[in-house]
Amino acid sequence: MTLTAGVETRFGALGANANRPDGVAKVQGGFAFSSDMWAENMLWGATLRSPHPHARLVSIDVTAAWSIPGVECIVTAEDIPGEPNYGLIMQDQPVFARVGDTVRYLGEPILAVAADHPETCRRALAAIRVTYEVLDPVIDAERCIDGTAPPIHPQGNVFRHQRILTGDQSVIGEIQVEGTYEIGMQDQAFLGLEAALAVPDSDGDGVELYVATQWLHEDRKQIAACLDMPSDKVRLVLGGVGGAFGAREDISLQVHTCLLALRTGRPVRIAYSREESFYGHVHRHPATIWMRHHADATGRILRIESRMVFDGGAYCSTSPAVLINAVTHAQGPYKCDNATIDGWALRTNNPPCGAMRGFGVVQACFAHESQMDKLAAATGMSPVEIRLRNAMETGDRLITGQIVDSVAPVTRCITETDRIPLPEPLRDDAHELAVPGGTGLTARASNIRRGVGWGVSIKNLMYSEGFDDYSTARCRIADGAVHVKFATAEVGQGFVMLAQQIARTVLGVDDVFLDPIDTQVGSAGSTSASRQTWMSGGAVDAACRAVRDELLDRVANDRGLVRGELQIEGTNIVDSLTGTTIPVTEVVGKYDIDHTVEYRHPATEDLDEDGHGNCHVAFAFVAHRAVVDVDPDLGLVKVVQIATAQDVGRVLNPLSVQGQVEGGIAQGLGLAVMEEIIVTDGKVKNPSFTDYLLPTFLDAPTVDMVLIEEHEPKSPLGAKGVGEPPCISVTPAIANAIRNAVGRELPRVPVRPYDICL
Amino acid sequence: MRPRSVDHLLELLADTPEVSVLAGGTDMMVEINLHGRRPGTVVPIGALEELRHWEHHTRLGTVTIGAAVPYADMETGELAELVPALAQAARTVGSPQIRATGTIGGNLGTCSPAGDILPVLGALDGVIHVRHRDHSRDVHLSDFMTGVKRNALRPGEFVHSVTVPVINGWQGYAKVGTRNAMVISTASACLVHDADRGHVALALGAVAPTIIRATQTEAWLSTRVDLRGSFRVSRETTEEFGRRAASETSPISDHRSTADYRRHAVSVLARRLLERSAA
Repeated sequence: MTLTAGVETRFGALGANANRPDGVAKVQGGFAFSSDMWAENMLWGATLRSPHPHARLVSIDVTAAWSIPGVECIVTAEDIPGEPNYGLIMQDQPVFARVGDTVRYLGEPILAVAADHPETCRRALAAIRVTYEVLDPVIDAERCIDGTAPPIHPQGNVFRHQRILTGDQSVIGEIQVEGTYEIGMQDQAFLGLEAALAVPDSDGDGVELYVATQWLHEDRKQIAACLDMPSDKVRLVLGGVGGAFGAREDISLQVHTCLLALRTGRPVRIAYSREESFYGHVHRHPATIWMRHHADATGRILRIESRMVFDGGAYCSTSPAVLINAVTHAQGPYKCDNATIDGWALRTNNPPCGAMRGFGVVQACFAHESQMDKLAAATGMSPVEIRLRNAMETGDRLITGQIVDSVAPVTRCITETDRIPLPEPLRDDAHELAVPGGTGLTARASNIRRGVGWGVSIKNLMYSEGFDDYSTARCRIADGAVHVKFATAEVGQGFVMLAQQIARTVLGVDDVFLDPIDTQVGSAGSTSASRQTWMSGGAVDAACRAVRDELLDRVANDRGLVRGELQIEGTNIVDSLTGTTIPVTEVVGKYDIDHTVEYRHPATEDLDEDGHGNCHVAFAFVAHRAVVDVDPDLGLVKVVQIATAQDVGRVLNPLSVQGQVEGGIAQGLGLAVMEEIIVTDGKVKNPSFTDYLLPTFLDAPTVDMVLIEEHEPKSPLGAKGVGEPPCISVTPAIANAIRNAVGRELPRVPVRPYDICL
Repeated sequence: MRPRSVDHLLELLADTPEVSVLAGGTDMMVEINLHGRRPGTVVPIGALEELRHWEHHTRLGTVTIGAAVPYADMETGELAELVPALAQAARTVGSPQIRATGTIGGNLGTCSPAGDILPVLGALDGVIHVRHRDHSRDVHLSDFMTGVKRNALRPGEFVHSVTVPVINGWQGYAKVGTRNAMVISTASACLVHDADRGHVALALGAVAPTIIRATQTEAWLSTRVDLRGSFRVSRETTEEFGRRAASETSPISDHRSTADYRRHAVSVLARRLLERSAA
């Protein structure tokens, strides 16, 4: 890994590998994840779910459950005091299915019970009799487009249809390549399962919820509406979060837990098992994408055509936003003047889909990067040449009409990646675990073919289409110490560390105390969309600067110094007039200063009917080159090396960036060769880690990375979000490498062994 | 209920045949925690020293492995040298934690067609020593496995140990899964060349309701090649060997793979194992 010099490296400041405040506890096992929470006099909650993907709910008989000793409470749709439905964009998802209405996916909540022990809960759920009239599930998204599927929800089967018509629709390229690509349903597979603890106020008119989530304030808004409570009566505290990746954007057990606690007047805890987790959160949209590229004889892209069909499953979640990300990123990180794009996000009786790392761009990128290799072949250029030929630059106009005013080092991403040395060829005496098949000892080196493949991507940062996803932070000097407060969900990404780094750098102190992460301060927006370093980082930076400015004002005033000559350098206040220095620690005990700041990004706008508008805030870019070994006879794959150069703006914490890059690559590798929720007739076939396969250590490749630091002028710290880009173009890079090794089209990910060898 | 000795265990089993024998628990605990199984009385056998040992009978040329010997003990050391295919199969089981806990007796008790070490017992004609308070009997693996997760144990019986021969000749195991480690078998195979008897045995896993022996393929090979001592085979022979082995399977399609792929994988594994044995 190479890093440009010149960043400040005072221990714990920006640019340094600061210690994580939660690091030691997590490594030693002492960190309390939300599934570890416990309260005196606590009850356990559990959820009864539909065993059918589509059915009319005829009746619920809970009599037998009430006769079980230890059962304290049963809540159904009839017990919801406020809004019966919730949702991030469209409030179309019932908290509990209603008798007389339909259930729309397998796993939809019917009711919840609270009891003295999880085993009592299990028996209670088993004793409840629910009568269903089973209906044919709508599982084919195409039938929702042509209207042959019956509407399965009062709000219809189309979440969003968005086209983009740009430039000259009649342009025909001398060279045309096309394909229809399929992306399977991926799960976020966070390790820390859904869990929450609700504690009712003693007077019963409020509740405190400890929960693992990505956005406390959005959860609170939806919970308060369902409970029919003013939002100040619903207080949320972040429980320890063990990963998120988009799966905690939608609420799951939040309302259930609060309802049970308010009804019983006792603390209630719900914790999902791994299987329930597969039914309890949304997944990455499976998608079918047709694309045709028109190019001239030199390989320059003239026009792209695409039709994108995203299966959103039973409820809306973030499907409309995922779809616009897909259609607006259809061109990839390449110049393109003419486009004809048609995108659909549809409602079916499949599991609901929503946010996952990469958010619609993963699907689009798999299609356009598969196309780029076809274009390379058709023009006789190399995969690198064709990408460089079309690489986007700052100032280019996107197919939406928006100008890319972010730093856009696409060419550098490609050339720097290309410069990373290739790994040694597979040796005949290679270690037996190093060849595809691993511990299964299925192959020798002589059975293996090696392939190399490329993927390059563009990803929007922050929320789009006019959404005001501001962030709030508070900085205080009190009792001689610096305190920072925010509601930013720490999901494992390390914002708690970054906030301390910012405060240390701006205020020149070493000790920075973090207040609890809860709703006692303004919203921070979601820990999503690669946005918290920019947005909450910007808010913390602004709050710390406000405190610093007042501190210097008061020091100048009290000591008769010239304010304009004072600044903080390292851990000292320096008077440039006299050259005298005052340690910051010497003055913080003398003042109480308190500032709360909201940070906003520049406003964006909606897309119009033809897909035009400045809908995105900013963009980040990355290139991936994959080297894979393939056993063509058995179709088994081992990813040997991923080389990557990523546009990060500025490295604020090298180790943290490295973690995001390596983790994202592992997740993109999973989608490329093994991770898929298999759904047949609306039923999930593999809701466990036995059969939903995640990459192991032996599947993880060597990652050689270059971080490209061209400071982003729009970003408060010069840094771009680094969370999503690593997982986007690595998937097509691996697919292209497998194609390179075996010479098959392989239009689908995950690539399955039989796709390669049968 | 914790037995003090094997005799005590046999008494317990004879008196209350419905108890569940716990031999590691890597299957049973999953059933209890995830699939709602509620066993009445559980009898753990892991603390019985007699079942935690393996023994090399040099005079008989056999190895007898106690039911509570974990996979980790088979992976390395003298046992791995005596029965290398068993070591290879044991290495493919789960994670290090699972291999430290799961046992040969448990693998036989669960009796899954995807049981990782069972093809090795099949290819070696392993003998399973079944004990009851009132009798003992020896059962070959092919008779022990009666169906998907069904075995020939009768009420009051338990698997005491397994005996396999120490064979002069090459032996090896291979298993296909869609991940490079920690994965349930899509298809597996064990090939054992008995150079003294001039025979090649091939057992296949996860491609039929039980582990199967490719007996017709074995017989065909014997007619084609003199298998005493070291031998050579042509590419044509290894390919035909693979094709024939695949034709003896009856795999299913499920969420893990397809019947066609499983059959194909068997043909590749059988071919490659035969190539290795002849090399």
